[in-house]
Amino acid sequence: MIRLEQRAAPSRVWAYLTPLVAVLATMVAGGALFAALGTDPVAAIRTIFWDPVFGEFAFYYRGQLLVKAGPLILIAVGLALGFKAGIWNIGAEGQYIIGAICGAAVGLAFYPMEARWLIFPLMVVAGALGGFLWAMIPGVLRTKFNTNEILVSLLLVYVAEQILAWMALGPLRNPEGAGFPGSRNLRQYESAANNELIAGSGMHWGVVAAFVAVIFAYILLSKHLTGFHIRLTGESPRAARFAGVNPTRLVLFCLGVSGALAGLAGLFEVAGPSGQISIDFNVGYGFTAIIVAFLGRLHPVGILLAGLLMALTYIGGEAAQATLGLPAAAIQAFQGMLLFFLLGFDVLTNFRVRFGRRAMV
Amino acid sequence: MKKRTFLAATLAATLATSAFADGHEPTKVGFIYVGPIGDGGWTYEHHQGLLAVEAEFGDKVETMYQENVPEGADAERAMTQMALQGADIIFTTSFGYMDPTINVAQKFPDVKFEHATGYKRADNVSTYSARFYEGRAVQGHIAGKMTKSNKIGYIASFPIPEVIRGINSAYIHAKKANPDVEMSVIWVYTWFDPAKEADAAKALIENGVDVVMQHTDSTAPQAAAAEAGGVVTFGQASDMSEYAPFPRVSSIIDNWAPYYIDRVRAVMDGTWESMDTWDGIAPGMVEIGEITDAVPADVKAEALALRDALSDGSYHAFTGPLNKQDGSPWLAEGETADDGTLAGMDFYVEGITGEIPN
Repeated sequence: MIRLEQRAAPSRVWAYLTPLVAVLATMVAGGALFAALGTDPVAAIRTIFWDPVFGEFAFYYRGQLLVKAGPLILIAVGLALGFKAGIWNIGAEGQYIIGAICGAAVGLAFYPMEARWLIFPLMVVAGALGGFLWAMIPGVLRTKFNTNEILVSLLLVYVAEQILAWMALGPLRNPEGAGFPGSRNLRQYESAANNELIAGSGMHWGVVAAFVAVIFAYILLSKHLTGFHIRLTGESPRAARFAGVNPTRLVLFCLGVSGALAGLAGLFEVAGPSGQISIDFNVGYGFTAIIVAFLGRLHPVGILLAGLLMALTYIGGEAAQATLGLPAAAIQAFQGMLLFFLLGFDVLTNFRVRFGRRAMV
Repeated sequence: MKKRTFLAATLAATLATSAFADGHEPTKVGFIYVGPIGDGGWTYEHHQGLLAVEAEFGDKVETMYQENVPEGADAERAMTQMALQGADIIFTTSFGYMDPTINVAQKFPDVKFEHATGYKRADNVSTYSARFYEGRAVQGHIAGKMTKSNKIGYIASFPIPEVIRGINSAYIHAKKANPDVEMSVIWVYTWFDPAKEADAAKALIENGVDVVMQHTDSTAPQAAAAEAGGVVTFGQASDMSEYAPFPRVSSIIDNWAPYYIDRVRAVMDGTWESMDTWDGIAPGMVEIGEITDAVPADVKAEALALRDALSDGSYHAFTGPLNKQDGSPWLAEGETADDGTLAGMDFYVEGITGEIPN
């Protein structure tokens, strides 16, 4: 008989090992899925995990990995701060949208003036501010009226999507676009474009911001008093109160920072890879970042790796669709398995597997 | 700067191998789809086009496709991926792929691109679309005759000219068939979302609508109508004949196969040129699906006559006198709309209530 026995303290070894085990288990189960679909599982796994990094066209895919991972990491780092303290911002997708709208609106307001030194920095500030303010809605509602920030932040995503549609069709619509929805292309507007810093590298300011955020979050969590308060609140809210943590300030800080980072991610995306505000500008980075945050153990460096891994499954998954004819749904199931196995194997961090009968006490 | 040169060189080398492959290599054809191939509507029909290309050329072609590609940065990657893998021609089958198509086409001057329903072209980017509004005219006529409540509902996707043209054309011909007709439009802001489409259909039906038209790609509105009973629907983009003979009484079928075969052949022959194609019922790009026996014989005959008149050019779906919604004159008696106005249509014709979202 197999049974689980609670560990006295979470196992450090397993905390680090579970993501790796989960990835391996996903490869095995995913391979079985692909085989059942009539695709060579080894070729599929190689196309997804190996080719984008080391294959024939890696020179292109490596850059794309950064493009895809950048916003995921940037958002996930912010979310992880709150998650560590038990503050659940589920609405990063909405903050991402509002950040993009605010940033793009500032850029478009200056069109066609050329003054990159002024316009681009202003857009960055507007993007962060937009995300910050959108996150302040659940923040203030929670601290003033004790509402549930999970629900409020999540539902605000749908509000943000409606605002996005309105912006794409109305105020921000390209006046030279023949009546079609969507804003001007910011990438074709020198002063507002967030183009690659080195052509073909995928490296744009959003990726730089993601790396900087990882470093800052690491320092904050390991060296700074606020980081200590975050960890303490998450591990023991009562102890935190005795230690003088101000819960209101902490909620606003965590939601504000995660909102601002999500807003930045939106701004860098709209001015760079995406290029324009359109009705379906958002593709779910804000939600995927939640998975990335947990896959990375809520640790900034872990998130960096998890973001790259997630990006790899996206890009490799697309390649597998085009080259091996795998259906899109199979790739989504494959990504779902990753989270499933991660949560499953997580049990091992807190529990020990015992074989045999329980000793009589 | 070194790195840039290296990348450019690598890219160029890759392009060269794909462009100057010897004649024995199969022509590689790529398709980018906005929905799943099993949507039963828009993407399904494009995929039928891919299958027709395979059937026509056999092992002289190699096809690849990617489904559910979001419109934006991800689309650019999907296209680049296909171009890198040596695609000779890539069909990008949704309006939102316009800028990505142009961007990728700049990087791969030797790859041909075909963008559906857009308006931006380049030396290696053609655009193509179908005159769906001709089919809408036939549907509108049937709808006007079939409604008992005199209320017609329309599930619209995005307020772009293509969709607005369809609404106008359907309304004009419903009104001609039945002067008491009223039309309500619901905007769902999606091309494919069965849940939202079903909700929209139910909302319309609850408001007394007994004919539902759709410019979205799933069969959910058909299912909602079947459940409500007594509500007429039309297949959109695909025949949706699984709901025939009722509620689905007819359909607009997008038949891309002849166009796709033509364009792939042009690439093989080296005669491919950038052009804009906008075909209707006549060349067979728009087909009217079977009109079922749920429609009275005289109405069916009128609808078929309308189809034939549209096909042989003796009648244009937008023929004056027509006013714009605000009452200002648009087309004088006997005047027909020019393609430029139709391509950028951003207004309702007189009689439609409600506003185009702005």
